[in-house]
This record gives sequence, structure tokens and C-alpha cells, in this order.
Amino acid sequence: MTMTMTPAGQDHSHDHDHDHDHSAIEAEDTSNSDTALLADALRLVLIEKGIFTAADVQAQLDLMETRSDRNGARLVARAWQDPAFKAALLEDGAKAALDAGFDMKGTPLVVLENTDAVHNVVVCTLCSCYPVTLLGPSPEWYKSKAYRGRVVRDPRSVLDEFGTSIGADREVRVHDSTADMRYMILPKRPAGTDDLSEAALADIVTRNGLIGVAEV
Amino acid sequence: MTAVQFGVGDRVTVRDLTAETGLSGHMRAPVYCRGHSGEVERLCGVFGNPETLAYGGDGSPPQPLYRVRFRQAEVWPDYVGPAADTIEIEIYQHWLKAATP
Repeated sequence: MTMTMTPAGQDHSHDHDHDHDHSAIEAEDTSNSDTALLADALRLVLIEKGIFTAADVQAQLDLMETRSDRNGARLVARAWQDPAFKAALLEDGAKAALDAGFDMKGTPLVVLENTDAVHNVVVCTLCSCYPVTLLGPSPEWYKSKAYRGRVVRDPRSVLDEFGTSIGADREVRVHDSTADMRYMILPKRPAGTDDLSEAALADIVTRNGLIGVAEV
Repeated sequence: MTAVQFGVGDRVTVRDLTAETGLSGHMRAPVYCRGHSGEVERLCGVFGNPETLAYGGDGSPPQPLYRVRFRQAEVWPDYVGPAADTIEIEIYQHWLKAATP
């Protein structure tokens, strides 16, 4: 599912300074957009025709709320702690995720390990394929033509813009997710984290690290 | 089912089916890799052909799907990064032919 929303503050052109954000106001404003009105009308018609029920819609919304990058972060933290789980995750990502309680519903998952020799980064140039179950809804930039067009041909500059500078001694490997696979990065475990619990390790894994535009 | 034609490590070249067939629309091999050669990294499985599924067809015959690894410098002649940098792309078998040595 593709969601379109206005990033907080982006359309905001007041020339005075203020330190509160207007995201709630803007979120409310978008509810009157043509797209939102059309979606509302379509939902009501489909319920009236018995295609699905209001309870089905609510169940889907509830499911969406369980989809978060914290799911992927938990898999990474467990892989860092448990070599057997790491091997299983790299061998068959969707199966390992299912065993850990995250159901990809039949979609294969390829987990790519960052090492001292290779840094991996994911893009979908043809659309915006993304493992929503493990990473939550994709960020706007992931779907932008700028990211999709540039990261395949000049990945190091794009990574630099994310603050992720990869040394020339490491291969940068781009993965164009154009078809039936979904991808998640297994970042390198940072030095100095030997004493952290699995939960604390999950806390340091970011969404951008799971896409590969950040180191962790 | 379409027989699996390539193995891991095989050198393959991406066909340009738009040029060969005149078809366009929901074509699932990115334009930038067409005509370029790389190496089969893995077989992902066998999937319905998205180019017919997208138009209400049944996706038959199913197509083996590969991940093909290309040297960035081969795909982009003006690539500025190290020669070791690569890009891997999911490509269905009907877009691939054996690379000429």
C-alpha cells in the first residue's frame, strides 16, 4: 500500500520563526484533499456493496500499526547475539522472520550482511518495493525519483548525503529490488556493544540502517 | 513451467525485449541494465510473469527469477566509484541470454 502524506513543515511558508511544529494541523488539512475524499467514498461504497466490512478495514489498520522498523531491528539484534539465528536469517530470511513471529505472508526476504569488505544498500528503481512487515511504511525519500534514479549510478554520493561515508577499500553493492524479493540489511555490529542486551542492541538499529543508507 | 536455464556464476546478458518485440508498458527489467552483462548470483525461485499478470493474464509460463550481479563500471561508463563496486538486479529468465565470451 502506498501512502502519501505531506512531510511536516515542508509546505510551510510563514516567514516568522516558531518552535512548535504544525504537523497535526497539516495532517488534518490533508483529510479534505481530493484523494482523501475519493478514498472515503470508495471505502463506503465497497462496504455498502458487501465487498468488505468496516471491521475488515479496522483490522487492516490495526495490522498496519504493528508494522514497524522495530520488527527488523529486533531480528538484527537477535542475529548479532545468536550465530545460528544469523545463519538462518541469511539462508532464508522470510522463514527465520516467521520463526521469530513476523509473517511475510509468502513474500521471500533476502537479508544482506554488511561486512568489512562490502556495504549493501537497497532501492527499487521500478516502483517502491519495501518489506513493510519488518520496516513499516517506507519513507517518502525511498519512493522519490531522486533516490531511485541516483543511488543506482552514484551510490557513494547519495550515501555521503545521508552522512554515510564508505571507504574506497569497501565494495558498495546496490540491490535493485525490482521483482518478487524483499530486502533487509544486516548491519555490522558496532564496536563497544559487547555488553548490551538484545533489547538495547535493537534500540541502536535504525530504519536507515535496515535500508543501507546508514551504517547501523 | 519454464526450465531453469542458468546456474550460479553463469555470465548472462540482459536482452532488450522492447527493441526485440516492440512491446512496452509494464516491462520488468530496468532500462539501464539492458544490453549489459553480469553474473548470476542466485536463483530466487520461479514466479508468474509480471508482464502478463499486470494486464489481467495468469502469468504463464512462470519464469525463473535470478539476481544478476553487474560491475558498476560496466553498467555506467562514467561511474566514479572504485572498480570493485557492484549492483545486483532481479531479472526474469526471459530477459536473459548467455553472454558471448
